[in-house]
Parts: sequence; structure tokens; C-alpha cells
Amino acid sequence: MKTMNKTLLAVAVAATTALAGFVQAGPVSDDKVKIGVLADMGGVYADICGPGCVTAIEMAVEDFGGTVLGMPIEVVSADDQLKPDVGSAKVRQWVENEQVDAVGGLVSSAVVGAATKVLTDNKKIALISTAASNAFTTSACSPYNVHWTYNVAAMANGTVKPIVQSGKKKWFFITADYAFGHALEGVATEVIVENGGEVVGGVRAPLGTTDFSSYVLQAQASGADVVALANAGGDTVNALKTAAEFGLTQTADVAGLLVFTPNAQAMDPATAGGMTLTTGFYWDYDDATRAWSTRFKERHGAIPAMGHAGAYSMTMHYLKAIEAAGTDESDAVMAKMKEMKPDDFFARNATLRADGRMVHDMYYVQIKTADERRDADDIFKVLDVIPGDTAYAPMLPECNFVKS
Amino acid sequence: MATFLGINLFGLFGQLLVGLINGSFYALLSLGLAIIFGLLKIINFAQGAMYMLGAFAAWMVLNYLGINYWLALIVVPLAVGAVGILMERLLIRPIAQEDHLYSLLLTFGIALMLQGTFTHVFGSSGMAYAIPEALQGGFKLPFMYLPAYRAWIVVASILVCGATWWMIEKTRLGAYLRAGTENAQLMQAFGINVPLMVTLTFGFGVGLAGFAGVMAAPVYSVSPDMGSNLLIIVFAIVVIGGMGSIGGAILTGLGMGVVEGLTKYFYPEASSTVIFLVMVIVLLIKPAGLFGKEA
Repeated sequence: MKTMNKTLLAVAVAATTALAGFVQAGPVSDDKVKIGVLADMGGVYADICGPGCVTAIEMAVEDFGGTVLGMPIEVVSADDQLKPDVGSAKVRQWVENEQVDAVGGLVSSAVVGAATKVLTDNKKIALISTAASNAFTTSACSPYNVHWTYNVAAMANGTVKPIVQSGKKKWFFITADYAFGHALEGVATEVIVENGGEVVGGVRAPLGTTDFSSYVLQAQASGADVVALANAGGDTVNALKTAAEFGLTQTADVAGLLVFTPNAQAMDPATAGGMTLTTGFYWDYDDATRAWSTRFKERHGAIPAMGHAGAYSMTMHYLKAIEAAGTDESDAVMAKMKEMKPDDFFARNATLRADGRMVHDMYYVQIKTADERRDADDIFKVLDVIPGDTAYAPMLPECNFVKS
Repeated sequence: MATFLGINLFGLFGQLLVGLINGSFYALLSLGLAIIFGLLKIINFAQGAMYMLGAFAAWMVLNYLGINYWLALIVVPLAVGAVGILMERLLIRPIAQEDHLYSLLLTFGIALMLQGTFTHVFGSSGMAYAIPEALQGGFKLPFMYLPAYRAWIVVASILVCGATWWMIEKTRLGAYLRAGTENAQLMQAFGINVPLMVTLTFGFGVGLAGFAGVMAAPVYSVSPDMGSNLLIIVFAIVVIGGMGSIGGAILTGLGMGVVEGLTKYFYPEASSTVIFLVMVIVLLIKPAGLFGKEA
């Protein structure tokens, strides 16, 4: 019995610990335009850019007519498993052996960082729809990066500024303890300080924390006017649920710095109703957004998150640029993409800057309470449209590839 | 405000209480695992998936059948327990004589399949589940606001843990069970149907995970990965508590809740690792676990 217990214990402990180039000829290379979609097909970000991003990009190809310059457009997809090594290996295989011309989707900033390096080395275009980091058009900018939907700076500017300006000056951060959370906290802090506010405290919670009650108590004790959630996905949902439960939402504002529509739908309206946030797209904004979103929902089964609409919009723009350039050669296509003004149901008052940042109208929205909702998809009330120039940080001179 | 050595005492009391609440939840979660792992010697890696199944089942019966939280507390554990019984009979039983690794891999596979299926059907973001009306609001304590639902978690956990402990340690049925797992052949010679007892015990342990899932639905995100996040912590708790000790698992659950709570107060970054640190130290000093019996 003794040995059996020991073996069993050893096995359990071990298991527990373990878990914690091609030749170019003619205007279109290889007689086809091939778009790879790299996204999170089954992990925590699957709802915000997974199978939905594949659907959105396929819709764009179909709406474009399925061919460009007389050559067929092909879409292939792969699961990055949220792992940078898996994602970058797939991208390398695509561009080096499978004639992929551009890669869309692109969710987790860590994966995208690795994938864009491979793409830039091979002079292929990265169509980044859902990643949050602003590095892709600043510190890690590249002439082949296009960043379309939003970034952390736009989120912080859009959500934080109006709240500080309304007189709520004391802020407390509940931050996801990894690169994305730190970046979001960093830019938000700058905005707070610039507008005369102060940060009175904060905690860095490990990714995937289930219980936030301890952090909520600390936020309460800090006497802050606003508690900012610099996290995403399930962490945001859990933190907000706990904040409401412990009465924090009655004494302070809770601001979610990155909330996607599927996350908002996962929150009980009684707790989340009234919270304000910034988004790059809302499906129910006007007739044009509704028309596209209805088609998307018919195919995907759920309303689009901002990354889905962004993926469609940027794929369309990419294909139009190929047509206008008369080739799928990356430098020529990038030049055309930056020259032509993106303009569709998603990209309003938009320009694609020389650094690859697509600057467009953002939306300051409020989560509706249960009484305000028609149905499960009726989740946001648009309070304000934020012009792109206000939302996005100005371009860094060193990333102005057109000039250099 | 009262302070001691520069520490805000009111804040500290709050953190201690929150730690105890979380601890009682850990106790509830580790109970099912302690029974299956500690008594039946089956390493059930699907226990986290069963917890997730319980939370989703609570959501499903509410939205599809109109069954409220209170009824779900009874119906869902029975249903999840039934899933456990099927799992034991059809999948685990045929490999019961093999090395422990086989059942570990089998149940891990089941967990991944369940998690994948739920992600496919319901998406990765999770579902909203409201706190039942009777438990909304809370109590104003001198040092913190105690939500009524959290108080209910403590009460429910003490009741269920206490009753289970009493049943296994103090009743004839529990004695049969403990004897049956020690020496199945002898017990069978006495006319006890040991295989049936094992199946039912497994079902009971899995049902407890389902119960914890329903308890968790109103306060935590109901999402496919909710179980895998917690399972590893709960395994660590059972290992720290000591194999085969039901009381040990309960007390360790409470204790680890407090340890984790204090870590969240003094050094939040370490809160996801502190339990494993304790596990390493305990195994080095007392390999059988704090309350384990070196037979």
C-alpha cells in the first residue's frame, strides 16, 4: 500500500507540475493571391478573432468577386494556439513554401510580434486585425505592417480621458500581470496624468485569476474614484462581477480598458450595465454596420466583434490595392494601400498612415442595462464618436516609411 | 483606522475573511477530488471539466428549462454525478488494472474533449449567470462589506464538507468504503459489492464538482476554461492535505485560501504560485502530506 501511494503521489505531482522563396513571374505571383488567416481557433480569444476572422475574410473575398486581376483568391487558415513559436512557424511555412502573400487575423500580441518578424523578413504583408499592442506601428514598426481595428493607446485615450475630465481624478489599476496589461496600464497612466488626475494604487494580478475579491477590497480601501481594469477577456468579466458583488460599483466607477462585444455579452447586465468603454466598431451603429453584421451573423452564428469587422474591412482594402497597383508585389500594394483612403461601413473618416496605423473613428459606448435591451445582441449605447486623430497617438518620425 | 506595524488592520481582517471564503470554496472543490484520488486512487483530471460542466448545466437548465438556482443545486450535481458514473463504468473500469498513468491520460483526454466541445458550442467568452435574488446584497461589517452570496458559499461549503466527512469517517457505509479500497477482495468475500461501491463513490465525487460548479456560476465567469484554471490548484491542495484524508483536504483548502489571500494583499504577483511553493515545502518535509497516513 505504501509503495502504491508513493507512486500515485509521484505521478500526480509530476503531472500537476507539468501542466502548470519562390520565383515571381507576371503581375500576380504564382497565378493566385493567397491570404493566410492566423488566429486563435479554440483558446480564450477564439470568440474575438478565431473562426469568426476566417469567416470575415472569406466574406471579403467573396464580396470582392473571388478573383483579382483575373487570378483566383485563396484563403487558408491555421490555429496559433496562442503560442508565438507555433504561430511564427506556421507563417514561415506559408510564406516560404505555400505562396501566401499576406496574413490576416492576428490576435494575441505575443504571437503577432513573432509572426510580423517572419513576414517582414520575407517582405509579406501583415494584416493585423485584433492585436492590442501599439508596438506594431511604434517600437516594432515595419513597412509591411498594417494595424487596423484599434490599439491600447486608442482604448486609453477613448475611455480614460472623458472620465478624468468629468472630474474623477483618483485612479486605481487592476492590471493583468503580463506585457499587454503593463502596456495598457502605462498608456492609461499617461493619459490620467496629462489630464490632471493621479494614480492612487494598483495591483498586478496573474493572468487567469479566478477570484478578484482580494483586489477589489484593496481598490475599495484606496479611496479611488475610478477602478480601471487593464486586463481582457475572462479576467475582465471576473473582476467586474466581483466589483459589483462587493459594492465597489456603487462607490466608484469601473472602467474596462479593453472589452470586446462577446465579453460584454458574458456579463450580467445587472452588474455591467452603465459601464463605459471604447470600441473600434459596433454592429448596431447605423444601417451600413447592421447590414454587414446581419450577413456575418447568418454565417457565424454571433454578432461580430470589432476584430471581425476590421478583418473584413482591411482584406477588402488589401484586394482593392492589388487591383489598383496591378500586381500583388508587397511594396507596390503597401504603397497603394497607404495612398487610397479606406472607406466602408467600418473605416469612417479613415486614413492608413505611413507607419501602417489605420486611423479611424472610434466609439465611446456604454453597456446597456437589462431594461434598455431589446434582445441579447443589443448591448451598447453609443455615447460619442471619437475622431481618429484624438484617439490615436501621433506617428513616430522613425516609422514614416514613405518619407525614408 | 487601526494600524499595527504599518499594516492597516481593517484591511488585513478583510483579506483574512476573503481568504477564508475562498478557502471554503477550495475545500468544497478539493473534497470531490480527495474522495476520488485519495480513496479510489484514480487520478481524475476530468474533475475540473466536471466543475465546468456543473456551471454550464446550471446556465442551461435556467435558460432552456426555466429551472432556478436553488433547484439547480440539487438537479445539476445529480446529472453531473450520472455523467461520472457513465465515465467510470464505460471508460475507467476497463483500464482499472493498468498503471495510474493510463487513467490520468484518459481523464485528461476527456477533460480536453469536453472543454473543446463547450468552446465550439458556446464560444470562449462564457455565459452570464445572475446571483439569485434572495442572496443579492450583503452585510456591512466594521471592516468590510460582505456580500450575502459569499456568506452563503461558506455556509454551503461547511454543510456539504461536514456531511461528507461524517459519512465517510463515522458511518458504517463509510467504513465499508474505506475497507473496500484498502482490500477489495476481502470485502467482497464479506458479501459487499465493491465494484458498485466504487462506481457510486466516483459518481458522488464527480457530483460534488458539479455542485461546486453551480455554486461558482453566479460569481465567476462561466466559461469552458474555468475548470482547467482551478484543477491544478485543487490537486496541489489534495497533495498538501495528504492522500486519503478527507478532513485533511477540507482543512488544507481553508488554509490555502487564507495563504493565497494574504499573498494577494502583500505581493499579488506571487498569488498564482504560492500554493505550489507550499506544496514543494510540504512534500520535502512530510512526503505523505500534512494529514496523510503513511500506511
